[in-house]
Amino acid sequence: MLLNEFLMLGAVLFCIGVYGVIVRKNAVLVLMSIELILNSVNINLLAFSLRNNSVDGHTFALYVIAVAAAEVGVGLAMVLLMYRNRRSVGLDELSEMKG
Amino acid sequence: MLASDVLVAQNVGFAIIAAIMVVGALRVVTTKNVVHAALWLVVVLAGAAAQYVLLAAEFVAITQVMVYIGAVMVLFLFGTMLTRARIGAEQDLNNKNWFIGLPIAVLLLATMLMALNDGFKAEKLPVDAPVVTTQQVSDQIFGAYLLPFWALSFVLLAAAIGAIVLARRD
Repeated sequence: MLLNEFLMLGAVLFCIGVYGVIVRKNAVLVLMSIELILNSVNINLLAFSLRNNSVDGHTFALYVIAVAAAEVGVGLAMVLLMYRNRRSVGLDELSEMKG
Repeated sequence: MLASDVLVAQNVGFAIIAAIMVVGALRVVTTKNVVHAALWLVVVLAGAAAQYVLLAAEFVAITQVMVYIGAVMVLFLFGTMLTRARIGAEQDLNNKNWFIGLPIAVLLLATMLMALNDGFKAEKLPVDAPVVTTQQVSDQIFGAYLLPFWALSFVLLAAAIGAIVLARRD
């Protein structure tokens, strides 16, 4: 196996996730795209961990998974609150901070 | 001879799983149905777990299956159900100026692929690397990286309390 195979897979998933974050208006779908980005980071961490024959990458991958779980919990609570207050989850409607 | 056969099998497995993951990820960002997007995300996350096994990271793979496919996907489906009256296809999921995203993503991908191609041309991963055991991972977490582990515990606690406070009806 080449190292570049895994790194390029990570790059492709990262870019698809960035595309999703830019394009999507629905807040739940934006959170899903962020999950894609975090997974591509994990693939890179584990590939470099195997290349350098160390365990550090595994530790950081586990930390990334835990942070992602926390982020999804808080993010979906915020989406729920937003839906309760304005009956919609479109991110372009949150424009009250504009002067 | 035998080792090279195993290596070919690994390469074929990687290619199949990677193709499935890329197709699934593209469907996540293009489908018109929020529930379908969540189910395609399950495909991508399961493929990522399979790639972790190929990378000799069995504990991270199991954690991925349990935390992501078990817990996070249930959260996503709950979020979809709670914020959406109907489950069919919808037209109104993308931004008005969505076409800006395409050149940004393509340029970013081209830059990253060129940089990777220059940096790690044909560097091979070690073939006979031992599988990282759970014991080694836990030695790291509860040894050298104990302080980040504590910080992470507080992050999870704060996230749990914050989610309850935000979503509570009062």
